[in-house]
Amino acid sequence: MSELIKVGMADYKTGKNPSSLISYGLGSCVGIAMYDAVSKIGGLAHIMLPDSTQARSAENPAKFADTALPLMLDEMLRMGASKSRITAKIAGGAQMFTFANATDIMRVGERNSEAVKNILKKIDVRMIAEDTGGNYGRTVELKLESGIYRIKTIDKGEKEL
Amino acid sequence: MKLSAMQLDALREVGNVGAGNSATALSQIINRKIDMTVPQVAIMPLGDVPDVVGGPDAMVAGVYLRVFGPAPSSILFLLPRESAFYLVDMLMGRESGYTKSLSTMDESALMEIGNILAGAYLNSLSHFTKLTLLPSIPALAMDMAGAILSVILIQLGQMGDHALVIETEFTTETEGVKGHFFLIPDPGSLDTIMAAIGVKG
Repeated sequence: MSELIKVGMADYKTGKNPSSLISYGLGSCVGIAMYDAVSKIGGLAHIMLPDSTQARSAENPAKFADTALPLMLDEMLRMGASKSRITAKIAGGAQMFTFANATDIMRVGERNSEAVKNILKKIDVRMIAEDTGGNYGRTVELKLESGIYRIKTIDKGEKEL
Repeated sequence: MKLSAMQLDALREVGNVGAGNSATALSQIINRKIDMTVPQVAIMPLGDVPDVVGGPDAMVAGVYLRVFGPAPSSILFLLPRESAFYLVDMLMGRESGYTKSLSTMDESALMEIGNILAGAYLNSLSHFTKLTLLPSIPALAMDMAGAILSVILIQLGQMGDHALVIETEFTTETEGVKGHFFLIPDPGSLDTIMAAIGVKG
């Protein structure tokens, strides 16, 4: 059954063709889509922070890039996806507000994107496309029928990765 | 994170006076009567906060300020896009419905409004607590509510999965201006505020 599966902030979901996975209103957060084009199994993670080891509390592993991505990958493999075929596309990591003296926390979008790329390397998943940075929000949707990752914005149009 | 009934009451009262001050300031600037709701004080999961303003993909203007001092916090004034347009039309003395996108001048005007609201709010909070609380210069973004709120939620996310939100809704009597004012104390700041007003858990 074709279904639109919503992924909230600090969450991840997996699914199969013909469903789609969608996450609304990403700012500095990063949306990571993983997809196996043969089994048409995919996952979408909406992470908020780069690193669970630097945070004081780590109750929710889906909040951090370093803990969310391995968990989502495992779930996809259990559903029948093949590790060697899984590729990733990422979007988000914007800086929503500009202050004259941008502190470290203001650059969290950039740090999130960097961290996601490092984790993908570490778990050996190839990143094939990205749409990161800027100062605007994004809504992202992964179509599990085709693997198309659609990025919607308010003023910067729509694109497909 | 848990609050006693007495702490919730105290926060609601502080929020009420603060928001009352802000509403009066806004009312004087635009020369319209402003109604406000009794502040909602809630501890909610981070992911639920965008639902307060109509969901993570609702189109809003957000003025964001950091609060410095012994109780660091974030202040966010969110308006639906149409309300932001109405508001700048009023401020600039233009016919209602004129603005379709914000000029640099309109953006400054909105930031100034955020500044004044935050100042009025913090004045009364400082008065209650005898803590010196100072706002940063404001920053503005016009985008999806989830994207704008994520800036604050990410800071909180390093400490936990929940946010303490003190939220008030402003509405004008006739025109469709509607706004949400959020005070989101950093983790730890709540204890400082509570101790300052002498309410124990």
